[in-house]
Amino acid sequence: MIHETMVRPRARSGALWLSMLGMALLCAAPLALAQDPAAAAAAPPPPVPNKGDTAWMLTSTALVLLMSVPALALFYGGLVRSKNMLSVLMQVFVVFSLISVLWFVYGYSFAFTEGNAFFGGTGRLFLSGTGNPFKGDWALAATFSKATPMYEIVFAAFQATFAAITCGLILGSIVERVKFSAVLLFMVLWFTFSYIPVAHMVWFWPGPDAYTDASKVESLTATAGLIWQWGALDFAGGTVVHINAGVAGLIGAYVIGKRTGYGKEIIKPHSLTMTMIGASLLWFGWFGFNAGSALEANASASLAFLNTYLATACAVLSWTFAEWLLKGKPSMLGAASGAVAGLVAITPAAGNVGIQGAFVIGLAAGLICLWGVTGLKRLLKADDSLDVFGVHALGGIAGALLTGIFNSPDLGGPGSVQDWVTVTAGYPGIGAQLLIQAKAVGLTVIWTAAVSLIAFKLVDLIVGLRVTTDEEREGLDIASHGETAYEH
Amino acid sequence: MKLITAIIRPFKLDEVRDALSQAGVTGITVTEVKGYGRQKGHTELYRGAEYVVDFVPKIKLETAVADNRVDAVVEAITEAARTDKVGDGKIFVIDLAQVVRIRTGEIGDDAL
Repeated sequence: MIHETMVRPRARSGALWLSMLGMALLCAAPLALAQDPAAAAAAPPPPVPNKGDTAWMLTSTALVLLMSVPALALFYGGLVRSKNMLSVLMQVFVVFSLISVLWFVYGYSFAFTEGNAFFGGTGRLFLSGTGNPFKGDWALAATFSKATPMYEIVFAAFQATFAAITCGLILGSIVERVKFSAVLLFMVLWFTFSYIPVAHMVWFWPGPDAYTDASKVESLTATAGLIWQWGALDFAGGTVVHINAGVAGLIGAYVIGKRTGYGKEIIKPHSLTMTMIGASLLWFGWFGFNAGSALEANASASLAFLNTYLATACAVLSWTFAEWLLKGKPSMLGAASGAVAGLVAITPAAGNVGIQGAFVIGLAAGLICLWGVTGLKRLLKADDSLDVFGVHALGGIAGALLTGIFNSPDLGGPGSVQDWVTVTAGYPGIGAQLLIQAKAVGLTVIWTAAVSLIAFKLVDLIVGLRVTTDEEREGLDIASHGETAYEH
Repeated sequence: MKLITAIIRPFKLDEVRDALSQAGVTGITVTEVKGYGRQKGHTELYRGAEYVVDFVPKIKLETAVADNRVDAVVEAITEAARTDKVGDGKIFVIDLAQVVRIRTGEIGDDAL
């Protein structure tokens, strides 16, 4: 009886289960039984994905898709002038699709298989080796619990939605003047050279089941991504998603330049109604993003769920009241922005902090990001049109650092697993964890800034970043896409 | 004949219409317009960006009347549209060279 062995990649939360080996054992068992009952009895049954976990992860994947289309598209779309509405919807929609396809072609393999500390390998190009539908053999990916695998194709799909929304977030900095072809070309470059390596550095590790005895720990951990090796905590993508995209957006705003008429003409949101709907759908979808990042339907997912709920509400209140106090009126745009700020900041923290951490992170995020889109924005002097830096980068940095603090068991946090052989939780101390978090933030900022600068310059040389001034005046809906959003 | 054009506050339109009906005016044309006068606009704040919106939404109302009705119609509009605050609007009275009722071809006062 011959069974193909498949190369098993390792997944973000872990090493891939040696599923094919498991299948081989399962199939071989009856044969073995006939020959040697004692030997068969000794073979443990292979782990099988739990149906509840699978259902939750499929649901989470769909929820994260909803965050891009339509949530992010509506959130951003409402913030631009009506003449550019469709261009924003279109950019988000097509970038989401483009990155999703690239993810399955090569992104997943380079992000979540073993390679070096920065970049994965080629074992899963086109998702090869993830399963044989005819034979019913499916490769398994690890979660954060021993002997609790998930189907690798579910993990790959879940992660695809993360890569795709991260690229979509960057659009907010360059809308209303960027050329559509430039958007697509930039996204391919940035996804390949910034998203993939940062995801690999932060999230790739051998998984809990590989850690069978203390002698293997060092060599196993050496196969993980660089930032994972440092011990940085990023539950759902503070570094990988928000800092990564936020900094890229700011660089983009500098390179592409300000919108025509910026600071002289009235350039205001055309539909805060759309923006409110978008923000609300983001909140809804973010439960899949954060609670889904537990990779199981368990206590960690539940904690992440609650924290996502709570921190977001806190940030809505802190932004609203601060704006009321400082600017005189509490605005709908402020409340919607506060929600996104809270969601961003709780992302790295979701399952890594307790309830009190969620309170503090949420309240802080509303205030910090309010400053990010007002005081800091004036200092930066860039037309970061929809405040991707002020909300996502700043909120992501605040969240990443506060995660290091509120992860402490003394502050109600769960700590983190320090020994994967025995699965023992611990906490290295506030100073030590904060330093690790700061290093992770620093490397991510430098990496994405460098890649973004080169990529934007390159795209500017090849196809040009901006539409002409006449096209910008006319609006991108007509100039770039030949249609209009509304009949007036 | 005169053409009377009045710029009024949008929420006063119904009262003005009633007053004009009572004054015997049988038809008016209404347009939603924006403009500025002595009434200041307002400030809008979107995150860090503050905009002074000078153009205030108003209603432009037009009606053609016979010369002997002008004073009564102007008074009806003035009374109905007044709030005694800056921004109540203006009334312009212009000589009207000719009026034609398209259906019948009547002209002049007969067409009013």
